[in-house]
Amino acid sequence: MRYQRVAAVAMMASLALSAAACGKEGNPTPSGGGNASGGAAQSDNCTSSGVTFTPKTDAAVAGSPTFEKIKTAGKVTIGVKFDQPNLGYKDAQGKRCGFDVEIAQYVASKLGVDPAKIEYKEIASANRETAIKGGEIDYYVGTYSITDKRKNDVSFAGPYFVAGQDLLVRKDESSITGKDSLKGKKVCSATGSTPIQRVRDEGLTEASNIVEFKTYSECVSQLLDKKVDAVTTDDAILKGYAAQNPDELKVVGQPFSTEKYGIGLPKDDKAFRDYVNDQIEAAFTDGTWQKIYDGTLGKSGSSATPPQLERY
Amino acid sequence: MGEFFRVLTDNQQVFLDGFVNTIKLFLIAAVGSLVLGTLLGAMRVSPVPALRAFGATYVNLIRNTPLTLVFAFLVFAVPKLDVNIDYFPSACIALTVYTSAFVCEVVRSGVNTVATGQAEAARALGMTFGQVLTLIVLPQALRAMVPPMMSVFIAMLKNTTIAAGFSVLEAGAIPAYMAERGEPQMVVLSWIVIGFLILIIPLVLLQRFLERKWAVAR
Amino acid sequence: MSSVLYDLPGPRARLRNRILGVVSIAAIGALVAFIIYKFNETGQFEARKWEQFQYASVQRELLTGLWATLKAAGLATVLALLFGAVFASARLSDRWILRTPATFVVELFRAIPLLILIFFGYYVPLQYGWSIDKLWALVIGLTLYNGSVLAEIFRAGINAVPYGQTEGAYAIGLRKNQVLRLILLPQAFRSMLPAIVSQLVVLLKDTALGFIITYPELLFVGKQIGGRLPFGLPYVPTYLIVAAIYISICGLLSILAWWLQKRMGRMPKTAGRVVPTQEVDAGRTAV
Repeated sequence: MRYQRVAAVAMMASLALSAAACGKEGNPTPSGGGNASGGAAQSDNCTSSGVTFTPKTDAAVAGSPTFEKIKTAGKVTIGVKFDQPNLGYKDAQGKRCGFDVEIAQYVASKLGVDPAKIEYKEIASANRETAIKGGEIDYYVGTYSITDKRKNDVSFAGPYFVAGQDLLVRKDESSITGKDSLKGKKVCSATGSTPIQRVRDEGLTEASNIVEFKTYSECVSQLLDKKVDAVTTDDAILKGYAAQNPDELKVVGQPFSTEKYGIGLPKDDKAFRDYVNDQIEAAFTDGTWQKIYDGTLGKSGSSATPPQLERY
Repeated sequence: MGEFFRVLTDNQQVFLDGFVNTIKLFLIAAVGSLVLGTLLGAMRVSPVPALRAFGATYVNLIRNTPLTLVFAFLVFAVPKLDVNIDYFPSACIALTVYTSAFVCEVVRSGVNTVATGQAEAARALGMTFGQVLTLIVLPQALRAMVPPMMSVFIAMLKNTTIAAGFSVLEAGAIPAYMAERGEPQMVVLSWIVIGFLILIIPLVLLQRFLERKWAVAR
Repeated sequence: MSSVLYDLPGPRARLRNRILGVVSIAAIGALVAFIIYKFNETGQFEARKWEQFQYASVQRELLTGLWATLKAAGLATVLALLFGAVFASARLSDRWILRTPATFVVELFRAIPLLILIFFGYYVPLQYGWSIDKLWALVIGLTLYNGSVLAEIFRAGINAVPYGQTEGAYAIGLRKNQVLRLILLPQAFRSMLPAIVSQLVVLLKDTALGFIITYPELLFVGKQIGGRLPFGLPYVPTYLIVAAIYISICGLLSILAWWLQKRMGRMPKTAGRVVPTQEVDAGRTAV
């Protein structure tokens, strides 16, 4: 029983030590070199596109319960992703950046909310509809494809971007060239996401080879560990991962779907939806959209133009 | 009510696959943790201080670690050490590693319930170590061990659901799968509860029966 | 040391034990060395993977996660103790109308996997359009399960007080309420305390299930930190640090439970037998 006493002392000492440890201030930056995996270290730090969002002072949306809720609260709660480089990312400092995040900030500013007053919530793909329906978030911006099935539960503004489903593989992979070469390969994606449903429904690989995790970053980790052979989701997301680790990962580049990204809104708040659509359209025409794109997603080397809005 | 049964009949294959995997996971991990746990328990009652310390360290570390962390470590951290294990075996290992700490404690305390005088008397009669163990200690210790051991395994059966978060399609993964298909969650979850009750109730009844029966006998 | 299995070792046994000791130390040492070799070979010690943790911002992240874990555990502890007290007293009631439903509820919630209870807390309110925070989904699940287990611990504690105490109390004219409050509870409390503390360790560990519904607790934060590609996916260091945090906190609580059990067992005022904790009856109270 003396053992327990020794253990207690050791634990208290370690607790005290960890409490006393002081951290360096500033941005953690990985030092490159000397690693067995050979990846050139990329910066983890978030940088914004440089577009500033000033809150609109006279924002008003007649007959919208969602807007009323935001106005009374004086803040807005937005569902985002945190692990998709250049789209929705949170760095080691807790700063958020990316195309989706800036679109979210832009919309918030047009609702009269200071981007500093945004409360971000990280919602996994499978829980998006429930989070919007339950009012846990006011709106969702995070690679959210507009589908008819989802329209039963939520409303969409946009699309504000069009992507396509693609494959992320290891750099030395040569046998996977597109969606038809996936048979017998382990394919990973996020639980409840459109891409994994497509793989299942079209039988692109055997059911036993489908691997599901809550987030794409978990899949990427499994890909690098050779536990899966491909990660599938929208090219916009995959390009971000490939840009973070260009020595080990590549995107196949044969998109096999059209994913229209919309802003997920509470269902049946048409006034709010129309207002958000108007704001997106304004961003398309006045160049804000392009500036945001070039400063975030565009950094991984591809160009894009604003898509066609689909109002309904 | 029709809706309630429709969810089951429409998706019976998913429910069946899920629960079959749960049972497989349970049986493999039960055998694994019984073996590893007994080994660790033997270490903890051995006359060798190094082995006792090793057993105690293992138990105290694992027992104070969440099972979810054991799973996460096996699925995300262990592959980084160039050890490649598939998802189902990973889940079996995680459950085994975790549960054997509890099995070990049951074995140890079971042996300790036997009064020292019993073994001393047996040795005084000239019995060998093997005879003392098989004729005197184990018959008494096993009786004390079985009910808590069953509690450990009932707990483990419920713990198999955690594998759902780590890409194993067992009963706990059914809700996420059904959410994709847009089935009402309340009904799906109710069926899963019914499934678990069917598995657990016989075990609990058996355990209570044994507990009562042997509590009187001692 | 004489135990059930072994007598005091004589010269031959001592020699044999010593040899076994040396062999087992060598085996354990080899195991540890192999693990360290594997770590080193796969570059787990390289600076890039550990650097993050020197920075205040990452430490703050871990602390935020720890705080979320402790918040969920704290809320669930308070609610589970209340739940346990209410249902234990209902089960001890003389009226079957209280006893039967309480027994049903307690037995049911103990048989349902905790993760499924948490799913109930998360998915079902959302299905009916109520807003529910993930924190509360987790807390509801933890409360229902651990509350039911605590109800059983309370009941066992009260039942363990010798019946003579109750008889004596009634004989001197105390009312039922007074018997419970003045005679049974103070004695039962001492015998239950270790079991209660061990159950709270279980509760604290189970907050890690919040990981699966993406409640940002310690393990979830660990995944975020470990999943950073630019730092070479430092899952191994991160999970080791997270494990150390869990083990320190739960370990201290476990030691408290063990100490209480030893102390309570010694006290003459503890009339009943001490309610077994995890130590003796692992599964009953384990996860």
